[in-house]
Amino acid sequence: MHTEDVRRLQAPIGYGALLALIAGAAVLAISSGAYPVTVADLARMITGNVANDSTAQFVLWEVRLPRLLLGLLTGAVLAVSGALLQGLFRNPLADPGLIGVSSGAALAAVAVIVLGGSGLAGWTALTGRWALPLAAFIGGTVTTLLAWRIAHRQGQTSVALLLLAGIAINAIAGAGTGLLTYHADDNALRSLTFWTMGSLAHAQWQDLWMAGPWMLVTLIIAPLLARPLDAFLLGEPVAGHLGYSTAWVKRGAILLVALGVGAAVAVTGLIGFVGLVVPHLLRQLFGAGHRLLLPACALGGGALLVIADCLARVIVAPAELPIGLVMALLGGPFFLALLMRNRFS
Amino acid sequence: MHQKPLLNVNNLDLWLAKQQILDDISLSLTQGELVALLGPNGAGKSTLIRALAGEVRVPAQTVRFDGKDMNQWSRAALARHRAVMPQKVDLQFPMTVEEVVALGRPRENPTQRRRIIRALLARLDITHLETRLVPTLSGGEQQRVQLARVLAQVWDRPDPRLLLLDECTSALDPAHQQQVFQQLRQLASEGFGLLVAVHDLNLAAQYADRLVLMKAGKIFAEGPPASVLTEQHLREVYGLESRVELLPEGYPLVIPQRPRTGHPTDLGGQPLPWERLTGVEYRRIV
Repeated sequence: MHTEDVRRLQAPIGYGALLALIAGAAVLAISSGAYPVTVADLARMITGNVANDSTAQFVLWEVRLPRLLLGLLTGAVLAVSGALLQGLFRNPLADPGLIGVSSGAALAAVAVIVLGGSGLAGWTALTGRWALPLAAFIGGTVTTLLAWRIAHRQGQTSVALLLLAGIAINAIAGAGTGLLTYHADDNALRSLTFWTMGSLAHAQWQDLWMAGPWMLVTLIIAPLLARPLDAFLLGEPVAGHLGYSTAWVKRGAILLVALGVGAAVAVTGLIGFVGLVVPHLLRQLFGAGHRLLLPACALGGGALLVIADCLARVIVAPAELPIGLVMALLGGPFFLALLMRNRFS
Repeated sequence: MHQKPLLNVNNLDLWLAKQQILDDISLSLTQGELVALLGPNGAGKSTLIRALAGEVRVPAQTVRFDGKDMNQWSRAALARHRAVMPQKVDLQFPMTVEEVVALGRPRENPTQRRRIIRALLARLDITHLETRLVPTLSGGEQQRVQLARVLAQVWDRPDPRLLLLDECTSALDPAHQQQVFQQLRQLASEGFGLLVAVHDLNLAAQYADRLVLMKAGKIFAEGPPASVLTEQHLREVYGLESRVELLPEGYPLVIPQRPRTGHPTDLGGQPLPWERLTGVEYRRIV
């Protein structure tokens, strides 16, 4: 029953469990895949006690490690962003996709994929390898800031208006993406389909150098918003009465989400459900207070995405499933089960 | 006796969305005083509270708090000296009573905060709910939790201390209404100034030092309960027929009466149009 007393998980135990989960996921991610790397190999490589196996070295350093790190960072950013927006909107169902960052990034990315050889040839020539991620990053942040501008009137941001503006902008960007899809040839169609399903398969160090700093900024600054976001759970006026500058909290949260998720989406494509499922689940264990919740989301989101990525690699090995698909397959039923359990208990 | 002026409102006009909500409001509140704000729905009570709470910006020099223009106060200082309870707070997240009350004191050290929370839960008779989830509590229990959270904000702080409470007992049963207002009285005697919007006229008469009766954005009457709660005033402000009796306890009791004219469609002795047509006389509701 809901009316029973509630006991929270002790923070050290909870964090310890999440760290253990990450460690397990990391070992799994490093060792699983087409080229087997055993734990013993791993230990030898770390201690420098290496038989000169250049293939193993290459697989580890150039393929598995960047993929692991990108997975951890992306999962962390998506989950933390979900928690930030849920606090800001006071709605446990809010998701980074809600304020337009995903749809804007998708529109820009699909535009580059479809028009890269024709209408946007200048852009691809200018930016080279970065044409797609850069466009996605800019698209994501610009649409979010646009939604924010629309919701900003007379020095105040209306959170309800922001949500509605986000929905409208999502619809418009979705229509744009649809038009481009309609226009696309078979080749472009295939790559844009894969992009919208998300993937860590092409992770390289370069991606980390480019997107990593933005994501790290989000992860490092987000905890500073923990206290004011706690107050936001009781409503924006209450946060004001408690002495927080609500204008700066809103600005900060939206900017962090736009930058972090924009950067993540730019290099991985669209990955849903992390931002929704992870905060929801961890809130049951740690409570709704953001001081414990935000770091827990960073750990839990990273672990979840890395585990999902391992599954994506082994389910149809030697081929791979898009990770966005795996997340939806895992996350959807899981989320439903959670809702049903809460309903019937 | 505390006599220091705590809050001064001078000729406050307030327009929201091109509508005048507050019209030339002037009132003052001294330390240790409990003032009740009365008036029908839409009279401007909540807007006045929200303006004094900083949710709506007021013109410079119209509101002075502890002698200083309200707009000159820093956010952080105000949070230590002024606490506000909105009419409605709804929480969608699984937070316990203790966690919600703790929000009132985010920067306090943990042992001190525990002490404050325990004291307030005991005062408001919700100690037994401490580890329960707030969204699962009844409306009255949630209201007491919010009041505890509001009080935590200014508990054990130096004066001046101002409480703005917008219908803080509307969901409570009569026994708890009495209990909460006794607590508010106690706070007043400890030096708090309290401005409390209420709908229950008798509760206001019983506990407030002064009543402020509002109508259509203006202050209609102000003063001690017996001078504000008169049959004449209640008829003019609420359209309420009532009998007011001064109790031996020293405060007035309002006994609302059934409207004399009965149903609003009653046109008195005139035959109604359809009565003229059909010749059938309908019963008048009296």
